[in-house]
Amino acid sequence: MTDATAQLPGAIPPGADRAAAPLRSSLYGDRIYQAVITAFAVFIPLLLILIAISIGIAAWPALSRSGLSFVTGSKWDVAAGEFGAAPAIYGTLVSSAIALILATPLALGVSIFLSEIAPKWLRQPVAFLVDLLAAIPSVVYGLWGVFVLIPLLRDPIGPFLSNTLGLGKTSLFSGPNYGYSMLAAGIILAIMILPFISAVTREILMAVPRSQREAALALGATRWEMIRDAVLPYARSGIIGAIILGLGRALGETMAVTMLIGNRAEISGSLFAPGYTMASLIANEFSEATNDLHLSALMAVGAVLFAVTLLVNAIARWLVWRVTRASR
Amino acid sequence: MKRFIFAVLAVAVACSPDQSKNGGNAATPANQRSGSVDLTGAGATFPYPLYSKWFSDYAANTGVKINYQSIGSGGGIRQFSEQTVDFGATDGPMSDEELSHAKGGAVLHVPTVLGGVVITYNLTGVTQPLKLTGPLVASIFLGQVKKWNDPAIAALNPGVRLPSQDILVVHRSDGSGTTYVFTDYLTAVSPDWSKGPKKGKEVPWPVGLGGKGNEGVSGLVKQTSGAVGYVELAYAKQNGLPSAMIRNAAGNFIGPSTETITAAASGVADKLPPNTDYRISIVNGPGANAYPISSFTWILAYVNQPDSVKGRKLVDFLRWALTDGEKEATSLDYAPLPASMTAQLKSRLDSIKLGVAR
Repeated sequence: MTDATAQLPGAIPPGADRAAAPLRSSLYGDRIYQAVITAFAVFIPLLLILIAISIGIAAWPALSRSGLSFVTGSKWDVAAGEFGAAPAIYGTLVSSAIALILATPLALGVSIFLSEIAPKWLRQPVAFLVDLLAAIPSVVYGLWGVFVLIPLLRDPIGPFLSNTLGLGKTSLFSGPNYGYSMLAAGIILAIMILPFISAVTREILMAVPRSQREAALALGATRWEMIRDAVLPYARSGIIGAIILGLGRALGETMAVTMLIGNRAEISGSLFAPGYTMASLIANEFSEATNDLHLSALMAVGAVLFAVTLLVNAIARWLVWRVTRASR
Repeated sequence: MKRFIFAVLAVAVACSPDQSKNGGNAATPANQRSGSVDLTGAGATFPYPLYSKWFSDYAANTGVKINYQSIGSGGGIRQFSEQTVDFGATDGPMSDEELSHAKGGAVLHVPTVLGGVVITYNLTGVTQPLKLTGPLVASIFLGQVKKWNDPAIAALNPGVRLPSQDILVVHRSDGSGTTYVFTDYLTAVSPDWSKGPKKGKEVPWPVGLGGKGNEGVSGLVKQTSGAVGYVELAYAKQNGLPSAMIRNAAGNFIGPSTETITAAASGVADKLPPNTDYRISIVNGPGANAYPISSFTWILAYVNQPDSVKGRKLVDFLRWALTDGEKEATSLDYAPLPASMTAQLKSRLDSIKLGVAR
């Protein structure tokens, strides 16, 4: 009589139940999973929009008061309620540009070496050390800049650039060289973004199919020709993406730049001259800003920084799109 | 799920305007974090080393715990106005406009100690302190006097071999009470300065490099031959920076020290009307031995204290600070208040009303 339950009328055979239940619950799980990840995906852009809106609201009093002169004017006088952020905008763009010009070739060189040329035993340690640069806190870079980079810029780097190379006659390297300058900020930014560009580029070069390289070599290409003509074009859009990532970091970097740039709200053509960036301006003035208009002006600087970053990213994406289209 | 997201967003939207007003970096009142704290305060960084010693000594003596966040005078005024802290602290007095925004009603400014601003410089071969006048300091910081061997500097310093070197002006890049006191002084003594950059926690500097914090300014000055900058007395003393003697209103060249700064206050304190609100500037003050670039630092308290227990604790602490606290000031390079003033202040503390809503 062990089977009594099975003979009861209306009873579902145990086997059928077991077969249906996992199917139903997995359907249920799929739906929950889908809802959760959709929510996460929606949440991030929403957060971005919310941040933009709340910064915009906070920035509005200053922006409506200063109008276009907020981005074109160069006088920042809190007491007079005059807010012109042009020197800070200029400084952000120029210091980031210097950083990109210095860091990109270096980062590309490192990643090509690591992915194509370096012997296997060397790859891991060198890659690890380069990546380690990204782990150094910003303020430590600033301290290193104050105690090592600035004295080096005063002597010998500054005199070498202006006298030995004769660049002092050009407006780019004219004027007194105190070390604290746009150049110092650009160099420290270059070091800081180098690991980001190189790590991403390295991964992308590693992902280039082996067949691509073998085909080039089979056609009689030298190693250099293989890298130049087969590997780099294949990875081009990814490399530009890596550079954009570095640029994004350079635009927003605050602490190290504030410690080295000289914090002078003035547009100067010389790289030896001190400058200012939007991020440093906010960091410098926020803690002591008491009146509402001043706070709003700092929020407006944040909004402009936000807009500049978006704009630069959009331009870069467009570049990627054009490059990939042209290569087809 | 969707409802949850909406709830999160609603909270985010509701919070965002408050955040911008509170100064963001210290939005959570300390008393919500720890149940054992009796009073919370926020504000000036300049007196923080002394205040933290006061609070720990006071806790050891009376068991009353005070939590103080040194987030800067600006943040202190904002949090005090929003009543997220029990008292504020500031290096510059609240303006009339700021007072009108204070949610707790009438505010009492209680001067606690004094600080001074030191003109420091980096000149190789100059060993004795440089002598400068206020208008000359203003000319240097305006970029009108450009060389160290300028006749105006040489005339005040006979016998000192001044190099024919460019002057590099170094100022604070961040908003600070030190800048406020320094520019307050320059505005008082120089018509050119009062027409130009004026006074403020940050001003449009005509020339020079900006360093963040006292350490930023002194780092720049130490590294650069020919540089001149300004830092707080306590910072200059503890780091052994050279400091200039400044000609005061009585015509004497006075070096910065806790005695000469207290002397600047006593010159003013003796003439204070009994109903003063203590929002007073003592730059370029009278007195033969007064150091001219001196200032009070204040604790801000509401006159009406709805919570009589907290109000009583605050008044008791302030009374203790003005009595026993003052004695500790000099050891940390702060200038104590003149005795006549502490007596007057202690009787003024009686005007704080306990258990009275606004």
